[in-house]
Amino acid sequence: MTLKSLLYGASFTFALTAVAQAEELTIATVNNSDMIIMQKLSPQWEEASGHTLNWVVLEENVLRQRVTTDIAAKGAQFDIITIGAYEAPIWGDLGWLNGLDDLGDDYDYDDIYESVRNGLSANGSLFAVPFYAESSFTFYRKDLFDSAGIEVPEQMTYDQLAEYAKQLHDPDNGVFGTCQRGKAGWGENMAFVGPMVNAFGGRWFDLDWNPQLTSEPWVNAVTYYVDLMNNYGPPGASSNGHNENRALFADGKCATWVDATSAAGFIFNPNESTVADKTDFAAAPQQVTNKGAGWFWAWALAIPASSQKVDAAKDFLKWSTSKEYVELVGESEGWVAAPPGTRKSTYANAKYISAAPFAGTVENSILSANPADATLEPVPYTGVQFVAIPEFQGIGNFVGQQISAALAGSQSVQEALDNSQAFAVREMKKAGYIQ
Amino acid sequence: MARAVSTRRKATFTVAAWAIALAIFFPILWTFLTSFKTEGDAIASPPMFVFFDWNLSAYEAVNQRTNYLKHFWNSVVISFGSTILGLVIAVPAAWAMAFVPAKQTKNVLMWMLSTKMLPPVGVVIPIFLIFRNTGLLDTRTGLVIVLMLINLPIIVWMLFTYFREIPGEILEAARMDGADLRSELLYVLTPMAMPGIASTLLLNVILAWNEAFWTLNLTAAKAAPLTAFIASFSSPEGLFFAKLSAASTMAIAPILVLGWFSQKQLVRGLTFGAVK
Repeated sequence: MTLKSLLYGASFTFALTAVAQAEELTIATVNNSDMIIMQKLSPQWEEASGHTLNWVVLEENVLRQRVTTDIAAKGAQFDIITIGAYEAPIWGDLGWLNGLDDLGDDYDYDDIYESVRNGLSANGSLFAVPFYAESSFTFYRKDLFDSAGIEVPEQMTYDQLAEYAKQLHDPDNGVFGTCQRGKAGWGENMAFVGPMVNAFGGRWFDLDWNPQLTSEPWVNAVTYYVDLMNNYGPPGASSNGHNENRALFADGKCATWVDATSAAGFIFNPNESTVADKTDFAAAPQQVTNKGAGWFWAWALAIPASSQKVDAAKDFLKWSTSKEYVELVGESEGWVAAPPGTRKSTYANAKYISAAPFAGTVENSILSANPADATLEPVPYTGVQFVAIPEFQGIGNFVGQQISAALAGSQSVQEALDNSQAFAVREMKKAGYIQ
Repeated sequence: MARAVSTRRKATFTVAAWAIALAIFFPILWTFLTSFKTEGDAIASPPMFVFFDWNLSAYEAVNQRTNYLKHFWNSVVISFGSTILGLVIAVPAAWAMAFVPAKQTKNVLMWMLSTKMLPPVGVVIPIFLIFRNTGLLDTRTGLVIVLMLINLPIIVWMLFTYFREIPGEILEAARMDGADLRSELLYVLTPMAMPGIASTLLLNVILAWNEAFWTLNLTAAKAAPLTAFIASFSSPEGLFFAKLSAASTMAIAPILVLGWFSQKQLVRGLTFGAVK
């Protein structure tokens, strides 16, 4: 056998192996700017790895329903799925996801914020890797505050927020004192109300899983919220979600807004916002405590246990959530577009800091959001604006609808909370948490 | 004798008809207009009707991110495939019910219709599991079957109504002339019921084209039709109205054109037998 034929043989075998290993992965994801950038840059990974990606982009609620059906029924249609900080620990615990502790030392797990890692883990194992994380903080109009002579304290309270909203409320000139979420849903109005209840000293359940929705902090918080919005909010606030408020604030219609830190890049972008140079940021308001006052959320990628292409999927996850990927986005799309909230190295990067002046406040908010200790009184659950149990989606949505109805004026706060308590008790009994 | 209708009455009816037609058409017109706006203009308050900077940026963004033709072709195969398969099954069924009714025919028809009253989500898990076990998930074949089954009661009912208008004596005469069942169905019944069959086909193609529960729940990357294409542009964060409108316009344009060209046939078929 000649050397030439040996080489031919070797290269043929190599080619065959490469073909055999080239996988076609299906990735299900939400339509947000970070994922659009990832979809745009992913051909670089496809070229380097030899694998290909099929993208299935869906609206958030459709995605949640679609992915839940697929993963619970082991449909195996997806190799990579996008899930949030609510699903990751529950699904990980149920054995629906592949563990992701073995992406290698070069992945630098320690560079990911501990709170983010904890939020995506169950029983000490990581089940999803984050591509962005967020907390909530206060957006306010610097120009309006300055002209009214208001000095924003380092840590404002909800009472102060109401006071500022009162002073700046000027609907005749198209400015409302405050814009907050009112649209019903556990991920919509309850994302704002939940942390606010924490700040008022409330909790969803006591240590024995008894719902606490008619307790004093809940009554105080929801009464405050309904009064604040009715007095100083925009009309029709009960149908405003994140997007509507974001558009209102960007259009200069709101003096204050407590919402996702991830919206800062948008508000700060002069192409998309008329108040880019007039906005400043402060921590989320507190009241009787600052525990759990800012929410915690992360969008992350995970691999269903039913996937047959785990190795290739892990390779993509490693690439798309790595330090190098953040660098790639920063250099090719502009540093303000770099995935926020996940890695310490992003916040140590001078280029990011200069492109995103809000970076420090965002980092502080994320560092202070602790899903494992988010309430004044002890609780049996983790989560800041949600409770990491499967029953929470139903309960959270119901309570959201009741509070939205109270905001719209179709029932009183007390009625809303009584209905919510009755529903939560029924659900928790049905699920066997309480007798 | 024709009734005398006053000019004023006529004018009132005309204005009312136009107003209702415009109100029904307005959401489509608004979607079309929004698709030519920038994302900022799309959410402007007060809304801009026609005086905005007309541009194609939303269409560009939509085309950059997705493969429209793939989704379009899936929609064509699924909607026409399911309707044609449904007709093949429903024509003999409706013939039997219209011309050789049995004691239980009426009950069978009512039972068939009752299946339409069950919310689809009630059977999503069993159907998903059947599809998983038979390898039909994310295949066009699977969607053709499921959409055919869903629309079958409507197809049978529509054809049954049309067939009943055809005098049974004509079919008897054909039989007297020696036509067998196949010839009777193919050469006598079908040509006579053509307007009815055509409108059934069109209506069910439209229903299948717009179906957005099963097409979203049983597909992933390969068999996803235009409904999934639209769903991919709705976003939980950020502005998306212009892109969503562009995607919707691209998705409904083919079926709108089809409806436009066949409206005569459609109206004729839908009113078939209404006037005696």
